[in-house]
Amino acid sequence: MNSAIRIEGVTKRFASVQALAGIDLEIAPGEFFGLLGPNGAGKTTLISALAGLVRPDAGRLAVMGHDVVADYRAARRQLGVVPQELVFDPFFSVRESLEIQSGYFGIRDNAAWIDEILENLDLKSKADTNMRQLSGGMKRRVLVAQALVHRPPVIVLDEPTAGVDVELRQALWSFIRRLNRDGHTIVLTTHYLEEAESLCGRIAMLKQGRIVALDTTANLLRRFSGHTLRLRLAPGVVLPDSLRSRLSGESGEEHVFALGSCEEIEPLLAGLREAGCRIEDIEVGKPDLEEVFVRVMNRT
Amino acid sequence: MDGFLTLLYKEVLRFWKVGFQTVAAPVLTSLLYLLIFSHVLEQHVKVYDNVSYTAFLVPGLVMMSVLQNAFANSSSSLIQSKVTGNIIFVLLPPISYRQFFAAYVLAAIVRGFVVGIGVLLGTLWFVGLSWAAPHWILLFAVLGGAIMGALGVIAGIWAEKFDQLAAFQNFIIMPLTFLSGVFYSIHSLPPFWQQVSHFNPIFYMIDGFRYGFFGVSDVSPLLSLGVVAACFVVLTAFTLWLLRIGYKLRA
Repeated sequence: MNSAIRIEGVTKRFASVQALAGIDLEIAPGEFFGLLGPNGAGKTTLISALAGLVRPDAGRLAVMGHDVVADYRAARRQLGVVPQELVFDPFFSVRESLEIQSGYFGIRDNAAWIDEILENLDLKSKADTNMRQLSGGMKRRVLVAQALVHRPPVIVLDEPTAGVDVELRQALWSFIRRLNRDGHTIVLTTHYLEEAESLCGRIAMLKQGRIVALDTTANLLRRFSGHTLRLRLAPGVVLPDSLRSRLSGESGEEHVFALGSCEEIEPLLAGLREAGCRIEDIEVGKPDLEEVFVRVMNRT
Repeated sequence: MDGFLTLLYKEVLRFWKVGFQTVAAPVLTSLLYLLIFSHVLEQHVKVYDNVSYTAFLVPGLVMMSVLQNAFANSSSSLIQSKVTGNIIFVLLPPISYRQFFAAYVLAAIVRGFVVGIGVLLGTLWFVGLSWAAPHWILLFAVLGGAIMGALGVIAGIWAEKFDQLAAFQNFIIMPLTFLSGVFYSIHSLPPFWQQVSHFNPIFYMIDGFRYGFFGVSDVSPLLSLGVVAACFVVLTAFTLWLLRIGYKLRA
């Protein structure tokens, strides 16, 4: 067993929709992995298949070496899932919900760990509050807590910060980062690409049930994005032809140059100086995952 | 085993937390039935020798409460969990489909028993009962509760909205329970309706249960036990099959 998650040739069709069209993916223990894609790309279906909520038409999935069908009990013990929807049981308090969830996993006395989770997710003051009385953000934290009660080595978060305020988002990521540092494997789906860029070491992009890009975040940024130099020239200034050929975009007095590396900035500015082009404003743009995402989705 | 026990505990706690709605209200309803029917019919209806109509009515009302509340418990819990989405909390852990079935059905029996005992205790103020064969009482109550609990699981899994569940309850369960001999002996019916009653499994549950109190019944308690046990086996097998294939639970 070398993989935290191993997915081999998984397909799933819902009526006329091919939700998963042959997914092969391996995620190593301790990775912080991003699963990105537009709505309907198959992210949630893939996570659901991993969690046993969806039965694939073909292929195999395993969590920490345990097949999710043949050895489902062991597989589910290794996996914590934070679902996308804000679901809760209105009959119970926060603590009761966590105790019940612990019991489902066969853990009788889990009070110490539950207290620790409540502390880390800033839920301690709400421990005995009924779930119905919590705000949306608080309910989201409880969902994270419920996914962690059985200390799973693999944690899947399906858009955990959708509709969550900045403060909670930062607290949540700080906690999840700590879990990752402690050795937990994290799989994240999110529409906030800046989150994926800053958190994930490796990313898979899905489109129409297929993986269309799979690489480290750094490599994806290098391959599909890059630094840009955005200049606003003084009115009436005309770019020399030698520099015009290097433009990647232009709008009025604004000119954008795509750079292979930051070292290209100096020669470019020297060229502008020699041509007598007066610069009014200058901005260096960093590589960004959103651009990578758009490019990958458009080329496939 | 702990997953099963926790699910059972959760299901019992769930109905207990809203006890006014799930226990007190059905007990009160049954007592009102007893009050009204016994007041109106006591002098007019005689079913068995040496058994007053009010006494005849009590076991039927108790069993009807057991059955209806057992059905209500598993079906309402499942439909609520499905509609609100929190069914996921039960589907993600390593709970087998057999444990899932056993927990929901046992919780349904517990609720049926709590309400049934409530009705029984309430009626003791009105009428003295005999206890001819208590083991039959217990046996039919357990099997009846289990059958209706299993039916509740099926209905709860099948229904996608509360309206569908209400249809199942009002157009199938309710007529079957009301037309099962709770308020009358089928011998008082015309021959055709007597025959029809023999196709209603709930008739056998009520009749066998009543036998435990009075030692007399419309049909042999062994026949009732055979029908009820067969229903239990068939429904259990069907429900387990639905759960095993993940019908409407796992896509």
